[in-house]
Amino acid sequence: MAENTILKGGAFILEPGNVEICFTPEDWSDEHRMIYKTTMDFVNNECMPHVEKIEAKNEEFARQLFATAGELGLLGTDVPEEYGGLGLDKMSTCVVTEAMGTAPSFAVSHGAHTGIGTLPIVYYGTKEQKEKYLPDLAMGTKIAAYCLTESGAGSDAVGGCRTKAVLSEDGKHYILNGEKIFITNGGWADTFIVFAKIDGTDFTAFIVERDFPGVSSGAEEKKLGIKGSSTTPVIFEDAQVPVENMLYERGKGHHIALNVLNIGRYKLGAATLGGIKGALGIATRYAKDRQQFGRSIAEFGMIREKLARIATQAYMAESVIYRTVGMIDASLEHVDRADPDYPAKASEAIREYAIECAMCKVFGSEVLDYTVDECVQIHGGYGYTAEYPAERYFRDARINRIFEGTNEVNRLLIPGETIKRAMSGKLPFMQAATNLLGEIMEYSPLMVELPDEPLALQEHMVGMCKKAVIFVAGVAAQKFMMGLAQEQEVLARMADMTIETFALESGLLRAKKAIAKLGEEKAALYIQFVEAYLDETIPKIETWAKQALAYIEEGDDLRTQLVGLRKLLKYQPINAIAVKQAIADMVVEKNGYPLG
Amino acid sequence: MNIVVCIKQVPDTETQIKIASDGKSIETDDIKWVMNPYDEFGVEEALVLQKEKGAEVTVVGAGPQRVTEALRTALAMGADKAVLIEDDDFYGADPITVAKVLAKAIEPLNPDIIFFGQRAVDDDSGVVGSAVAEFLDMPQLSVVTKVEVGDGTVQAHRPVEGATLVLESTLPCVITAQKGLNEPRYASLPGIMKAKKKPLEVISLADLGVERDDKLEIVALNPPPERAPGKQVEGETGQEIAINLVKLLREEAKVI
Ligand SMILES: Cc1cc2nc3c(=O)[nH]c(=O)nc-3n(C[C@H](O)[C@H](O)[C@H](O)COP(=O)(O)OP(=O)(O)OC[C@H]3O[C@@H](n4cnc5c(N)ncnc54)[C@H](O)[C@@H]3O)c2cc1C
Repeated sequence: MAENTILKGGAFILEPGNVEICFTPEDWSDEHRMIYKTTMDFVNNECMPHVEKIEAKNEEFARQLFATAGELGLLGTDVPEEYGGLGLDKMSTCVVTEAMGTAPSFAVSHGAHTGIGTLPIVYYGTKEQKEKYLPDLAMGTKIAAYCLTESGAGSDAVGGCRTKAVLSEDGKHYILNGEKIFITNGGWADTFIVFAKIDGTDFTAFIVERDFPGVSSGAEEKKLGIKGSSTTPVIFEDAQVPVENMLYERGKGHHIALNVLNIGRYKLGAATLGGIKGALGIATRYAKDRQQFGRSIAEFGMIREKLARIATQAYMAESVIYRTVGMIDASLEHVDRADPDYPAKASEAIREYAIECAMCKVFGSEVLDYTVDECVQIHGGYGYTAEYPAERYFRDARINRIFEGTNEVNRLLIPGETIKRAMSGKLPFMQAATNLLGEIMEYSPLMVELPDEPLALQEHMVGMCKKAVIFVAGVAAQKFMMGLAQEQEVLARMADMTIETFALESGLLRAKKAIAKLGEEKAALYIQFVEAYLDETIPKIETWAKQALAYIEEGDDLRTQLVGLRKLLKYQPINAIAVKQAIADMVVEKNGYPLG
Repeated sequence: MNIVVCIKQVPDTETQIKIASDGKSIETDDIKWVMNPYDEFGVEEALVLQKEKGAEVTVVGAGPQRVTEALRTALAMGADKAVLIEDDDFYGADPITVAKVLAKAIEPLNPDIIFFGQRAVDDDSGVVGSAVAEFLDMPQLSVVTKVEVGDGTVQAHRPVEGATLVLESTLPCVITAQKGLNEPRYASLPGIMKAKKKPLEVISLADLGVERDDKLEIVALNPPPERAPGKQVEGETGQEIAINLVKLLREEAKVI
């Protein structure tokens, strides 16, 4: 792909969507499809029949699962071939992660191991470190964990870090002291990526082995969900870490921490997708089986609308996540693996999409929570009992809004990064805002003539949503200037508007691609998804925008701005209930997500 | 040693089948296709022999382009090469025609053993393996759950009503696989990536010099009858319910 066909991170809001460069699940290669099937087979045959053993946090069984997964290559997609992995594209990793996302608890153990536990070495390790650690991690004979969080260092992971590293007198070891908490795989892991401050100041990462003197793990947390995963404190008491186990450079731990989180976030999005489709599947089958009032409850409109909404949101989440991974893969194609500066450059290529990664995480985890909530509801009282898997899905989903950066922290990142890039001139945001504020008074929705083709109205509205985001952001920036960073309620609304616009556009571009390939008739479901989602989302975007404006301005200024906003988001509702009825038919017919 | 495994691509057993408007075929548009599960046993057995005897394993399938997916899966599991007899109109062909075509394609491969699934889960006809044995004039060991290859011979077990029939034959021969023969392996990710580079030859019916001459025709497909809804027996007390149940069994179900 040529340089100019790559969409810059955060730039989607400023540019018209381009179908050509929008990656979709329909663009999966044969290999991606086979990888998906192998992973699903692994989950269905190796995990699902053993839910009880997994839930009991059986370490031996967990190790066995890791070993089997390792043999199948399910741990090595991101590990280069020369270190025992497969060195595949990010898409392949996401395909594995999505399928694995349906595995009870093991999804999280697997995600922590392959993601935050292994990637710091892949990207920042020296040749010796890679040779020493990666083959075992790719084969699953050793388990990895990532130790960032401390009691005083949660969302403020870098600033709050108290774990200290001091060089030993003989200069051979760093002596680590401190306690990390909530560490996934903490009780099982053989290698830990640990963040500590050298001399209490320089935030730095280390590769620590369980067998090093002074390393231990504490008691298992009693958790709401993902009970089959290990979560413990990891304690360092004069732990001796050989100097050659420092990862990357002194004082550059935050590069690792933040970059690995970027990857962790789109991967988490993919994992939630697995959960969403899994929960929709069990909800649909239950609804079809359950009879009340002499009919299957899947015939009731309110139940059908729930199924349709979940499927619609699943489609949007899928579109967002695979589009983002497509962008990252395209961007990584320009980084030469042989370049000695590869880690820094590859991380930079991924960091470019920090905004999109955060959107994958927030959107995926919130769609999942909506899904598991309605899944319990569709099960009625049975959904509240442990007899049915709906209850476990409900509990297991909740963590996703908390780890890999809480959804609040991720929401802040979205406008935060955008503003940063606007200020540095990387994104011509200010220009767009100035132009828009100038033209909006003359703009009239009456002048708009839509072509007579499917989704023309939706495409137009997506363009208008982008303008609404720029409009609110422009007004807010003008008013608060540097103080905007403190106005979290406004930032949250900007984030939500941005996320929903990104979702809408991703779903729209995917549908347009489907229409071009299959024709309007066969792409009907894609069209319906976009129509249904847009119809429910425009009022939300308008409300967030109005609330923000009402907070920022008052009097005549406010009135003028509200008039401008109303013009932008002028939308006459379609018959969305009928559209959702058609979607529900497909969900019921296919026993779940109808594009799966 | 050369081993051939014939593979049919069938609708995933979880797919909801819809009968097409002609009333005698199925709608194939949005079906999820998979390798016939019984054929997977054949592939696995061939791969065991590949390792034990250094056999070369060729998988053969016939049908439209989509059949490559099933062949690629077999390659990813470890088969060495694949042959696709490509024909858009092949799905649902007379099994004897299918056997003729396969026999023609297999013959030049000079196989010592040809594996089939004992039947395909879509049409359940179970004819093709036997017919290929006939066309190639080979002995056939059908519906087997154990295979042991010796020097120029093969022994196989067929379960019969709880007992076991032990069969022995010379090579070359045809073997049809039954559930229980083995546990098919997964297509591992390294296997999937390697499969990309393995040879997959595509030939046509014309290349084989065969023409379709179907004698058997499917004249109608009928869906299974809709399951009648259940009925809750009314009554205040256990006794009342029992009385009503007996009444229903006698008067409505007419079973007592
Ligand atoms: C099951 C589980 C597994 C985990 N696995 C790991 C692991 O493997 N490795 C690891 O290092 N950590 C792990 N964590 C820790 C996890 O990443 C943290 O819990 C998370 O980052 C939040 O930190 P905290 O719990 O201290 O919450 P806090 O930071 O105290 O946050 C509390 C609330 O305040 C909000 N908040 C905080 N700061 C702001 C702000 N600036 N503006 C607005 N709102 C704010 C948060 O969004 C949240 O709602 C795990 C946690 C759990 C529960």
